[in-house]
Amino acid sequence: MKELSLNILDIAKNSTAAGASLIEISLLTDERGILTLTIRDNGCGMSEETLKRVSDPFYTTRTTRKVGMGIPLLRLAAESTGGTLSLVSSTDPANHGTTVTATFDTGHIDFVPVGDVVSSLVTLIGGDPDRDFVFSDRSPSRSVFLDTRELREVLGEVSLGEYEVLAWIKAYLLDQYRPAST
Amino acid sequence: MISLAELAAIRDKMKDKVGVREGSAETRVVVGMATCGIAAGARPVLNAFVEGVNKEGLSDKVTVTQTGCIGICQYEPVVEIFEDGKEKTTYVKLTAEKVERIVKEHLLGGKIVEEYTIGANR
Repeated sequence: MKELSLNILDIAKNSTAAGASLIEISLLTDERGILTLTIRDNGCGMSEETLKRVSDPFYTTRTTRKVGMGIPLLRLAAESTGGTLSLVSSTDPANHGTTVTATFDTGHIDFVPVGDVVSSLVTLIGGDPDRDFVFSDRSPSRSVFLDTRELREVLGEVSLGEYEVLAWIKAYLLDQYRPAST
Repeated sequence: MISLAELAAIRDKMKDKVGVREGSAETRVVVGMATCGIAAGARPVLNAFVEGVNKEGLSDKVTVTQTGCIGICQYEPVVEIFEDGKEKTTYVKLTAEKVERIVKEHLLGGKIVEEYTIGANR
């Protein structure tokens, strides 16, 4: 993947495939330049068996074909920078879902730039306008936040997937990425 | 600053249109958005279709949707176009630039861009 934002798009799509109604995507960069990416969903979760398999591209069988290369590619991107990837998942009916956490050293020469994460988010919302997404991107110099549940309150019966609404979401996020003018 | 007030204005404008569009689309553009598609550049291809369809005023007739792996990963980004009463068209190895032509010639003009189809790229 040429941009980390493409991995984010790819992994978050697993969450929608798992039937999640809420998907939280967070990027947190600390003052040492360590980026923590977290994708958390309330989908059906994975069994112990599946969980073991998803990180190994050669262990994937036809029945788990939906899992495929996504996690191995994200793991490669993280570990290439000296970072890590971890997966926590539960199929417990009372508390099901999956959390993918990856860390990256953004100062490492093999760090793949985050890229156009706004575009990935708009693509996710446009593809599944009935799910909710919470997005945040925080660092010592910026704080970007979006919660589609808040937008839904404003929109009423108008879908998040409408072209005009998606264009607004894009502008709203890009506006937050713009450095504050003095 | 862009505020929620602008979103409310969009809602008021869209309200009347809610429900009208449901099921009225005659053409479906389906973009493969699995790992293989995404890695090969499906995100800008999808966005180019969404932009193009709206720019050309085709949004009542054409819906753009996402799907998983179509099964021909080596041809990604792959897009299938389904039209009422016609055979499916499969476009392969697309880019945003190629999509511009497909929107104009195929979706607007009704003429398949043969050179981008799977038949011409085997």
